[in-house]
Formats: sequence, C-alpha cells, structure tokens
Amino acid sequence: MTLDRRSFLKLIGAGAGAAGAVSLPLIGQAAELMPKSAKRVVVIGGGYGGTIAAKYIRMMDKGIEVVMIERNDHFVSCPFSNLYIGGVLTDLNPLTIKYDKLAANHGVKVVQAEVTAIDAAAKMVTTSKGTIAYDRLVVAPGIDFRLEEMKGYDTAAMEVMPHAWKAGPQTVLLRKQLVAMKDGGTVVMTVPLAPYRCPPGPYERASMIAHYLKANKPKSKIIVLDANPDITSKGGLFKKGWKDNYAGIIDYRPAKKVTEVDAKAMAVMVEGLEEVKGDVINVIPPQRAGQIAVAAGLVGDDKNWCPVNANTFESTKQAGIHVIGDACVAGAMPKSGYSANSEAKVCAMNIVALMNGKETTELSGINTCYSYITDKEAVSVAAVYAVKEGKIIAVPNSGGVSPADFSAAKIEAVYAESWLKNILTEMST
Amino acid sequence: MMMKWRGWALATGVLAVSALAQAAPPTAAMLSYACAGCHGTNGGSAGPTMPSLAGQSKEAIEVAMKKFKSGERSGSIMGRLAKGYSDAEVTAMAEFFSKQKLHATSQTLDKAKIAKGASLQEANCGRCHIEDGKEGKDDTPAMASQWLPYMQMQMADYLSGKRKMPEKMKEKVDPMSKEDIEALLHFYASVK
Repeated sequence: MTLDRRSFLKLIGAGAGAAGAVSLPLIGQAAELMPKSAKRVVVIGGGYGGTIAAKYIRMMDKGIEVVMIERNDHFVSCPFSNLYIGGVLTDLNPLTIKYDKLAANHGVKVVQAEVTAIDAAAKMVTTSKGTIAYDRLVVAPGIDFRLEEMKGYDTAAMEVMPHAWKAGPQTVLLRKQLVAMKDGGTVVMTVPLAPYRCPPGPYERASMIAHYLKANKPKSKIIVLDANPDITSKGGLFKKGWKDNYAGIIDYRPAKKVTEVDAKAMAVMVEGLEEVKGDVINVIPPQRAGQIAVAAGLVGDDKNWCPVNANTFESTKQAGIHVIGDACVAGAMPKSGYSANSEAKVCAMNIVALMNGKETTELSGINTCYSYITDKEAVSVAAVYAVKEGKIIAVPNSGGVSPADFSAAKIEAVYAESWLKNILTEMST
Repeated sequence: MMMKWRGWALATGVLAVSALAQAAPPTAAMLSYACAGCHGTNGGSAGPTMPSLAGQSKEAIEVAMKKFKSGERSGSIMGRLAKGYSDAEVTAMAEFFSKQKLHATSQTLDKAKIAKGASLQEANCGRCHIEDGKEGKDDTPAMASQWLPYMQMQMADYLSGKRKMPEKMKEKVDPMSKEDIEALLHFYASVK
C-alpha cells in the first residue's frame, strides 16, 4: 500500500472525524468505507476500460459520484509491453499511468484496495478497506487464468515460466530471462485457444522476441506452440513479416495445445503427448474474466466470460452491474485495449441516461490495434462497430488490415506511438 | 421500422419494457467519443503524429472524411474507418468537434523560424488560413497549435504528390523553399 493515511483521507474527502472509518479495516471489520449520500457509480478496475468509464461518467454528469477501486496505485499497459520484452523500449515508464489527475481533473474518487465480494442484491462492494455502496456498478477486472487447464502452472511456476500477460513485474521477468539466456538457446511460447486477451498479442510478442534474438543472439530461436489452427489475427501480415525478417528464427507450430508444464524440467507438454523443452518459456495460459466477475456470478454458460446488453453493457446475469473490457462478451469487438475504451464510453453514457431516467443510446464503437513486426515496422487492424438486432457487429464494407505489401508499415510504426500516447493520456488526465 | 416502434412506445408510454430493448441511434457525442482513443479526449491530441480535431470547422472534417472514404487521401487506418460511417454520421461528428475549443499544444519550436513563418503567413497564406491559422476559409483546416510532426508529414505528402494540394495553395507553395515551408509550420504550431 503506497497511500499514506493523510493522502488517503484527502482522497476520500474525509476530515478528522472519519479517522475511525479508516482505522476499522486495520482490525479486519467490513465497515462502510465511504457512506453514500448522493447518486453513486462504483468502478472496479483502473485499466483501459475502468479509467474511461469513471472519467466519462463525470464528464457527462457531475451530479454522480464516481468511486474507482483499483488494487495498484498505477497501471502498466499491455499494449507496447512486447516492445519492452524485445528490448525496443528500455523501461516501462512510457506504458505506466497514475490516477492523480483523474481525481484532480474530474473528481473521480480513487480507492486503492482489493475487491473481495460483490453483493448485487444489497448493491454493495466489499473491499480490503471496507464496504462501498453503489447505485450502479461497473466491473472492469480484465482477465484471470484458467490454471486448471494448464497442469503444473501455479504461482511458483509463473516465476520460472512467466506469462507476462498482465503487464508489470511479469513483463520485466520475461525480459530478464531473455537477456540472461545463452546464444543458441531456445525460447518457447505457448498460445491458448481463442478467445483470449489481445488476439494479435502473442504473434507481436514472437516478432519482438525474434527481433531481439536476431540482433543479439543469432544462434537462438523461438518455438511458438499455438493451440489455434492458425494465427488468430493479421495472419497474412505476420507470416509475411516473419518470412521477410525472421526466417529460421521463428518456428511456428499451429494446432499444438499445451496442457501441462514442468517448471523443474523446463518443459511443456502438448496434449500430454509431445514434450518441448526451452531455455526460456513464456506460458500464455487459457483465460477467463477476472476472478471477481466469476465470484459475483457474472459469467455466462461458458463459465468464462460475462454476457452483457450490447448497448448498456449491463450484465444479463445481475441487474445494476455493467461489465466492460476483456471480461465481457462484446459480439464482434475483440478483447483489446481500444475496444475496452470504446465500450467504457457507451457504458458510461448509458449509465448516465439510466440514472437520469433518459433514453439509452446505441453503441458506436471503434477498435484500432497496431502490432510491431520489427522495431521500425508495424501492421494494424481497425474496425467500426454498431448494434444490429441486439448484437454488436462490425459495420460492413469498412475496417480491415494494413496493405499486404507492407507499404504502410513504416508510417504505421510512427502512428502507433501516437496511439499509445493518446490513449494513455485519455485514461490518466 | 425501429423508429416507428420507438415512436409508438414513447407515445403510448410503454417505456418500462421498451427501455430495455430499445435505444436511440448513436448521438453525435457517442460517435465522436470513439475517436478519442487516437485523437484525444474531445479531439485534443496528445500524440505528435495524430492531428487534433478539436476546433476544426465542420466543413474541414466533412471534406477530410470524404477524401479518406474515397481513398483520395491516404491515411493508413483512416480510410478503413471512414468507410464505417454514413454521411449523416460524419456530419454529426464534424459538428461535435467543431464545437470543441482549439487544443493548445506545448511543443519545442524554433523562435527564428516562428518569426520568419509569421511574415510568410501574412504575405501568402492568410486569405485562407484566417486569424493566424486559428480558422480556415470554407474547408481549410485550422492549423493553430497543430502538432508540428503531423504537419510536416502532411506537407511531405503534398510535396510528393501523395496528397493533392488545392490549386490556390499550390500557387503559393511552389515558389517557397524548404526552409520557408518549415518556418511556416513552426509558426502555425506556435499559435495559441
């Protein structure tokens, strides 16, 4: 916990009289942390979706109090973290945001705490610091891992074979392992069956690792064991990029579902049949909605992802709770940072409408996603989304991927940097 | 059909049911918010190669989107995205951004170039780039405080013929040296 008591009091707008409420969590009582006096929305999660939902609700209606609960005092972006792993970025600072300006500019009340339970009937969230009541709740927890489908992959194994699929210490660990690896070593990466967070992410990562190996450890290679029958996103572009830049370095193997790992032997097992050993192993496990969404009964029949209304993003399982970002099922919209940004805005707009008894608005969404192939070339996919017959669809005859001949790859690498700057600035100011 | 049903629901007050199933078409704000991931909140860009849309005229945005849609103007992903919107939606977004305050950027610029650019602007460009580029005649985009790297990239496209220069602009730009053009762009970027 990095908030000291004084700034915490300031943050929740409490004076000396509220000191008792702050000390209560220390003795383990689930006391009410912030008594509710006006209309209030609570947002769980301070990532690509949560920050935007919190900010835009306040932009549209200052009469609604917004409390954003996040376990960390900062956020590290997954987009661009592959560039750090590949050594193109030397630190994570350009990917890191803080929340102080969301509080200062928009009056979002940021609470650094862990959410342990949601009571949909009582409209109450329990956190490590006490309970918080809400009128409407936005759940934006991102993903957690289906570890039961990856035998041997526990928290200890993650320190040996990092997933690096939540940016931060795991990202740094994978980078360190690559730097420490001997020339001539083998990197192994496993890709889970779709849907998972960031469809092109594994292939960008393979590109960035290959970029690093080519320049620094040219006798080394990377084996990609992909559970999917083919590359999930931008397939033609990745294949061309790999052929032109990384022949003999990237060994791509489709339809190889890894179901078991052995951290001691530094090996992974494909369907319990084929063993593949590596000097550095990056396990990207199968995923589901963040644990709190599962615990709150928000996941659908698949037990993994949260079904929602296509316009309001209100859960179809629990009234008054909205789910956005990677955790939800958003029709044709992929599990990406930009999708979460777009979903947060329509969700925010419709929460404001619902809380003011106004008519709701249909979704208009965008996804824009860049993937780096080398340090100076990137490819993209983009689409516009609308709602038709209650479902989110990509608007026909629009969107698509970069030109197949890489004629835009250099300029797109430049645009991508501005993309990151803009989207992170939007989340943090 | 959907409009009719909504109208009927509103008229008869059957909203308890229809509020769940029905939603109005995307508003101008809804359409425009989606752009902010790349162009900044309300169109005020923080990325040096992405233009600010805040404070651009309705005409400037409509014409730009039309050219992206037809492919006349190349823009990497902008062509692909522009195809996703109807003319009415583009107009709604253009109106939204035209109502936003011009976005003031803070950039490292060359003072000597700014001074030189100021006199060039007055003598050559001021009839279309009105008020030191804070406004534009007809569909001329506002240049004031726009990102220098973005303007440099666009000017490179104009000079290479990748982007077609308007006739009147071409008359003025053709006799200019590279240094003149660079000075002009520094000037526009400096205007607050």
